[in-house]
Amino acid sequence: MVRAMEKYIRPGVKVTPFCPGCGHGLLMHSILRAIDELKMDMKKMLFVSGIGCAAWIPSPHFNGDTLHTLHGRALAFATGAKLYNPDLCVMAVSGDGDLSSIGGNHFIHAARRNIDLKVICANNMIYGMTGGQVASTTPKGSKTSTTGEGNPYRPFDLCKLVEAAGATYVARYSVTQPVALTQSIKKSILHVGFSFIEVLSPCPTQFGRRNRLDRPEEMIQDLIQRCILEEEAKGLTEEELAKRIITGEFLS
Amino acid sequence: MPSKWIKTPLSKGVHYLSGNEAVAEGAIAAGCRFYAGYPITPSSEIMERMAIRLREVGGVFIQMEDEIASISAVIGASWAGAKAMTATSGPGFSLMQESIGYAAFTETPCVIIDVQRAGPCTGQATRVGSGDIMQAKWGSHGDYQVIALSPWSVQEMYDLTLRAFNLSERYRVPTMVMADEAVAHLRENLSISAKVEVLNRKKKKGASPFGTEEEDGVPPMPSFGEGERLLVTGSTHDGFGFRKTDDPGAHAKLVSRISEKILKNRGQIIETEDYFLEDSEIAVLAYGFTARTSLYVVNHLRKDGMKAGVLRLKTLWPFPEEAVKELGRKVKKVLVPEMNLGQVAGEVRKYCSCEVIPLGQTNGEVIQPETIIEMLKKI
Repeated sequence: MVRAMEKYIRPGVKVTPFCPGCGHGLLMHSILRAIDELKMDMKKMLFVSGIGCAAWIPSPHFNGDTLHTLHGRALAFATGAKLYNPDLCVMAVSGDGDLSSIGGNHFIHAARRNIDLKVICANNMIYGMTGGQVASTTPKGSKTSTTGEGNPYRPFDLCKLVEAAGATYVARYSVTQPVALTQSIKKSILHVGFSFIEVLSPCPTQFGRRNRLDRPEEMIQDLIQRCILEEEAKGLTEEELAKRIITGEFLS
Repeated sequence: MPSKWIKTPLSKGVHYLSGNEAVAEGAIAAGCRFYAGYPITPSSEIMERMAIRLREVGGVFIQMEDEIASISAVIGASWAGAKAMTATSGPGFSLMQESIGYAAFTETPCVIIDVQRAGPCTGQATRVGSGDIMQAKWGSHGDYQVIALSPWSVQEMYDLTLRAFNLSERYRVPTMVMADEAVAHLRENLSISAKVEVLNRKKKKGASPFGTEEEDGVPPMPSFGEGERLLVTGSTHDGFGFRKTDDPGAHAKLVSRISEKILKNRGQIIETEDYFLEDSEIAVLAYGFTARTSLYVVNHLRKDGMKAGVLRLKTLWPFPEEAVKELGRKVKKVLVPEMNLGQVAGEVRKYCSCEVIPLGQTNGEVIQPETIIEMLKKI
């Protein structure tokens, strides 16, 4: 954590609980950087999260109001708080399992209503906290603690899902693209309506070691190589595209 | 405790309303300004009336995607400063249980109206039952206490909803009104006074929102946006909300306080009513709609010379154990008619020293006076 962002950290919080090589610290920094650049008043910010590693990004670290809720329910809690007090800037930060699996129904309905929530999904493509089980975002063929032979099912494309459901700002970035990610979070904060940013965040502990990416830097390298912009994807064949992750703003 | 007398939104006088409509009016009078719900028979009229009334008084109404979302939005709104409510029936009440546990553990004031129907499962959606009494107390995992009230008339659908808000704010606890289909769809006169007493949650800048040394065990509760930089979590936490997930002392302290703050204030929470118990040899212990039938029966039998009385439970949780103990000392036998297979009768047995006879009926209909008369004559 760059010291400059320390002023946004809750006094008394000394260390993050994240594993070595986890991408969530990078995402945490991008969020705080965006808040800093926009000079947001932390006293008017409410951070809502569900259950899982990513839910610990705002709670207890961020020195605003935080609501650490139940597994999957972050957006329903956030909806209630935002509707009753529209002056709050409400940001939900949670994981892929929390938002799109157990919380899938709240996810599409919050998007449909286009309620002014800034939703950031830290997608590590696996259930990290509970021991590396398959998620609704795990790529087909990937090994997890519950798919030893490789995941037989297709993952969600969260951006397409939420766009179809009615979100009005949709983007995908990786923690390996911190500048673009920070700019995107700033746009999301300024956007009025339901905004969604999917942030690819490596989990070497649970995902990497089961999928031949044992070392943290290997996961980072892998993301750097695979993440391409929409324009770069245009000339590629379907086979080449299958290995890539398209990033950028899809709806703004 | 901040308390004030406010003018009722409905005009003073007598109104002719259904039980469900009276719930909505009681909530508005109590200061409820947020409602989130999902349609379910036989409670939907509450939501329909709240949709209209909240618009009139400048509150927020939203129909959510399911009952889990409804209670979650209510808790979110409560932390944003609202007096908030939802209403449901059996299947929806089941879905809400995890969040009710969250509200109990994070000490979030909120009111849940359960218009009970004939369960289990989908059961008979339009028929009456009172099978959710134990669920109200034990529905979520872990140890916690809630408050549950039991109305027997349209008047009490109004009065007890209002009281539920006051208790919920006073003790920072989810409070339930355990209505049943019969009372909810009953239409009768409702008398509204010019002013009602409402309680608002206490606030104290900078004070710990999850711990207190004060005798009542209820900490002050700030809202989001007040600059308190709140840390709210459903994990075990210390007085300022920091997660303490492996500290045995923190867990024991918090779990016992959220129970104790209700149990030690039982005297202020529990309400019961008794009829003819001074000279009774036999008593009918009842609650909800069944208590109406029981009082009718006892009035009738006393004319024939039977020394019978009624103990009516207006509060179901915390359980009125003192009143039941006293009843056991007064009478020889207690009959407990209820629209389930003996949920409250079992609880009565725990505290009543005399013979307790359950009269459970689960046919989706209210218990008829003849059924109780027959049983009283037999025992």
